[in-house]
Amino acid sequence: MTMFEKIRAYPLTWIVIVALVLAVALTLASPYFLTAGNINNLLKQVSIVAILAAGQAMVIITGGIDLSVGSVLALSAVTIGWLIQADVDPLIATFAGLAMGTLCGFINGFIITRGRIAPFIVTLGMLGIARGMALVITGGVSYQILEPFFMTIGNSKFLGLPIPIYFVIVTYLVVHIVMHYRVFGQHIYAIGGEERVARLQGIKVDREKLKVYTISGFLAALAAVVMTGRLAATPPSVAQGIELQAIAAVIIGGISFTGGRGLVLTALVGALIMAMITNGLNILGISSFWQQVLIGVVIIAAVWLDNLKSAARQ
Amino acid sequence: MNQPVPLVEMRNISKHFGGLQALTDACLDLYPGEVVGVLGHNGAGKSTLMKILAGAQSASSGEILINGDVADIQDPNDARSYGIETIYQELALCGNLDAPSNLFMGRELHKWGFLRRRAMRRETAEALSKLNIRIKSLETDVEMMSGGQRQSISISRAVHFDAKIIIMDEPTAALGMEESKKVVDLIQDLKEHGIGILWISHDIHDVYNFTDRIVIFHGGQNVVSAKTKDFTQDEIVSMIISGTPVKKETSL
Repeated sequence: MTMFEKIRAYPLTWIVIVALVLAVALTLASPYFLTAGNINNLLKQVSIVAILAAGQAMVIITGGIDLSVGSVLALSAVTIGWLIQADVDPLIATFAGLAMGTLCGFINGFIITRGRIAPFIVTLGMLGIARGMALVITGGVSYQILEPFFMTIGNSKFLGLPIPIYFVIVTYLVVHIVMHYRVFGQHIYAIGGEERVARLQGIKVDREKLKVYTISGFLAALAAVVMTGRLAATPPSVAQGIELQAIAAVIIGGISFTGGRGLVLTALVGALIMAMITNGLNILGISSFWQQVLIGVVIIAAVWLDNLKSAARQ
Repeated sequence: MNQPVPLVEMRNISKHFGGLQALTDACLDLYPGEVVGVLGHNGAGKSTLMKILAGAQSASSGEILINGDVADIQDPNDARSYGIETIYQELALCGNLDAPSNLFMGRELHKWGFLRRRAMRRETAEALSKLNIRIKSLETDVEMMSGGQRQSISISRAVHFDAKIIIMDEPTAALGMEESKKVVDLIQDLKEHGIGILWISHDIHDVYNFTDRIVIFHGGQNVVSAKTKDFTQDEIVSMIISGTPVKKETSL
């Protein structure tokens, strides 16, 4: 393959072009779009969905789905809030929150692999369980979190960029390395391609899937840490329906819903595109009702385009 | 007196799935450099027995000896550690991955968990060229390749990892004439290197021409085990159908 062909075939190329075109269009449409304040705002908005989308992308590449991430985020946040309220050290509370999310992910993976139950069903169950537990623990109350640790995460900048962006960068860096340079990532693609074959070739399919769902739970908890910083509170009803945004980001990025195909980094661009649409339409004063319509159209169009591309390949 | 030790000896293997008895005291042996045709109807138990040897399923009872020692085969990795490789009829490849990824699937070369892609690509190129297989680009996903190319990758996978015993489930079923011939040539070559081959096939013509011995399964048991050339093709077909040995004055 020539260099040009390689660049053209790289999954990131097209989606980045789409994102750039969108950015240019929004810049032309409104002088406010490309201001530092708005870009910071946009990046902060995108961070939570982007972190969730990284885990979701891994799950979807195995051929599964994780519907529980919004609720697991809430349960992790509430764990942090509840412990801080009880005068626990914020760092320990943070670790407990991360552990809670990781545990939820582990339980998802355990039931999916041991119980042989479809991921859709197990994680739909966990969506209810984790949200319900968040409400049970708090009695429906939101704790205020004014700890400096979380205020820093929510409001500070480092080298001109909001702190949540560094969470996103580290997340995608690690996930990208895992998916493309580690044996584990290779197994994830094999499982998503043809699970039966992966098993016959001696890949420990159940163990690898368990790891993937556990990672998705951990990343939901990591998003909870960022969310707690941004809101300075841990409302148990936080992040409802955000799992669908994470899934949409993955799909817009061009990662195959049937598994085995796609680059996790494209989910980050997918999340950015969605945030730009929302942000751009807000700036242009277009109603949020229309935003939902447009994002719906983009999701379907993204998959359709992808199908056309793969049809052209064959 | 000085009979060689069989590569594989499967003794009294039984397997039931719930109430369904798939195998009852089935036996099979295989010697170095031998090609054994494993025959029988669909559901006669031959595939189940092969899956047990390959570690894809485990036996309910019975024992497997490899080179005369009892072997413990619980999963595909155990089977591989005994030098048992399987070439599946349904082409056990992941279409979304390239040739090196498929060749090394489940036993990737790595350093501290980091893939050694370049080494895998180099070894794949060597393995394919050893079998005279030409594939345009090693970076192409396997699903873009022809049936023959894919089967070649399956076969080079078996050969590359120094198989002592190769199970071939309908190795030529998905192939054209020329590609089939290549596979048959390869089998002759492997045979000369002392590798034992179990060949599951419905193509009686191929079986008759290229196997040394046949084992016929019927109703979950091996009912006939004999030198291929002791019978005619017609006799073999009738034994597969009836499940009883054809009476011969000369042999047995």
